[in-house]
Amino acid sequence: MSITMSPAHNIESAAVNERTVDAALRAEGISCWFGKRKVLEDVNLVMERNTVVALIGPSGCGKSTFLRTLNRMHELTPTAALAGAVYLNDVDIYGPELKASVTRQRIGMVFQKPNPFPAMSVRENVLSGLKLTGTKVGNSEELVQWALLKASLWEEVKNRLDAPGGSLSGGQQQRLCIARSLAVKPEVLLMDEPCSALDPTSTRRVEETISEIADDITVVIVTHNMQQAQRVSDTCAFFLAEENRPGHIVESGLTEQMFTNPADPRTNDYVNGRFG
Amino acid sequence: MTTAAAMASLVVMGLIAIFLFVKAWPAMHQAGWHFFTRFQWDPDGAPALYGVASAVYGTVVIAIIALVVALPISIGTALYINEYAPRRAQRILVSLVDLLAAIPSVVFGLWGRDVLNKPLSDISAFLYKYFRFVPIFHTKALFFGNSFFVCGIVLALMIVPIITAISRAVMAEVPRPYCEAALALGGTKAGMIKEVIFPFSKGGLVGAAMLGLGRALGETIAVALILSINGNIMTNILAPGGSAIAGLIAVKFGEASVNGRSALLGAGLVLFLLTLVVNLVARLVVTRSRPPKGATK
Ligand SMILES: Nc1ncnc2c1ncn2[C@@H]1O[C@H](COP(=O)(O)OP(=O)(O)OP(=O)(O)O)[C@@H](O)[C@H]1O
Ligand SMILES: [Mg+2]
Repeated sequence: MSITMSPAHNIESAAVNERTVDAALRAEGISCWFGKRKVLEDVNLVMERNTVVALIGPSGCGKSTFLRTLNRMHELTPTAALAGAVYLNDVDIYGPELKASVTRQRIGMVFQKPNPFPAMSVRENVLSGLKLTGTKVGNSEELVQWALLKASLWEEVKNRLDAPGGSLSGGQQQRLCIARSLAVKPEVLLMDEPCSALDPTSTRRVEETISEIADDITVVIVTHNMQQAQRVSDTCAFFLAEENRPGHIVESGLTEQMFTNPADPRTNDYVNGRFG
Repeated sequence: MTTAAAMASLVVMGLIAIFLFVKAWPAMHQAGWHFFTRFQWDPDGAPALYGVASAVYGTVVIAIIALVVALPISIGTALYINEYAPRRAQRILVSLVDLLAAIPSVVFGLWGRDVLNKPLSDISAFLYKYFRFVPIFHTKALFFGNSFFVCGIVLALMIVPIITAISRAVMAEVPRPYCEAALALGGTKAGMIKEVIFPFSKGGLVGAAMLGLGRALGETIAVALILSINGNIMTNILAPGGSAIAGLIAVKFGEASVNGRSALLGAGLVLFLLTLVVNLVARLVVTRSRPPKGATK
């Protein structure tokens, strides 16, 4: 199903305005609070199916917060509050049709710091989502291999599937986390700075993984690395929090355009490393 | 610093053990191995009979009843406070548990004897009526109360606060990233508790249970107030009677002769060793079940 994109309200690029997109995920009028403090204001973003969307912006502008509203992780923070709506295939994930657990099963998340379950083996880690959701699979060995292949980890761990997840290197742990998320077959995968704790080689591998999985699922990735955003993403959203103004999207659109010919001078400054 | 503290407590423990052993020696020497195997207790009879078997047996039975009852209640309460209670209620509940832990055991004991004994006897009658095919509920005496069962339940209530407090703290320590990982995979809260919180805090929970057990073993006053000590080894837990070391000492010490005191201190030594073993085992289990290396905080 296709709908006409209603882009971020403050975007001027006509070229983007007229693109027709198939939205996997759509955030409308998202505002967030921690206690009384408003950290996000009226964020609108369409995330097209089977593309990679990068969220960029200086530290503290609310990228992680926004990401966590997309699969209902935000509400786990005791002081957190939220306004707005998020649609997964046009169904409001905060509406009565979807339970939080089901939403999170369909919209997975990979965290900044690799967090495989340390007491579980590599295999158990990959299958942990199924155990947690009470999903039965016919051939779990096949699924383990499939998920690890997808996460480009299979070759490295195929002989140590019974080793504890905590015994892998940082980069391997992160890919194990990706495999674990993929094993529950999500439609969307959210990644919050997945490479920030990794060395360049591991970063490359994770980036390759992202490009590959984007064939079947939608990826939303937060990154501070401009090269990474350029390498992996199809579209980009630039977040900014200014004095007396909570985080908001300054500009969003095709990555290429954002980096070569941004509409807003602040975007230009940021992507060229002049602030933030 | 910690080494000094550990040394100090070792020395104190050693001194206590020596004191007990020296005082108990006359009675233990006289009774020989029968001290541990005999279950009659009559230090002033002719011949004098000192046997702690029934007291040890009763102690263990009561402590096990207390633990079996207290553990699910405590862990359930702890989980409710940590994971389900609204935020504002959380803090109130935590202080409530601490408050309960501070109630003196004599209050629990009196409450158990004067208030709980009757309803618990009724429950005993019920258990007897419908479940007497279970050996521990089978009794020939057709009255109930002042029994292992009542004692165990009162002790359970007594140790619930401490087990709750410790297990709550232990489970709150489970690193949040792992809990979030479980939820982000689509796990429910119950799933997260089963797959992440329990495995992570297993060691601490066993420790909490063992600590509760240690307390239940040594709790004198409730047993002294509730149990009608008769020195029998009873397989049923509903009828009055039985014995327990702590209760035995509390009840008999005042009126005991020199012989009797020596024998009671011998019983005390046995209790001391029993709790020591429980605590050592607890330690062992706790250190053994630490999360493996690579666990990040
Ligand atoms: N749990 C929390 N409680 C209170 N305030 C929070 C919490 N988490 C984030 N904030 C605040 O919300 C704002 C946005 O934080 P967020 O983590 O979303 O920023 P970010 O863009 O992801 O930053 P970074 O790039 O450093 O990760 C910040 O000002 C932060 O201080
Ligand atoms: Mg962040």
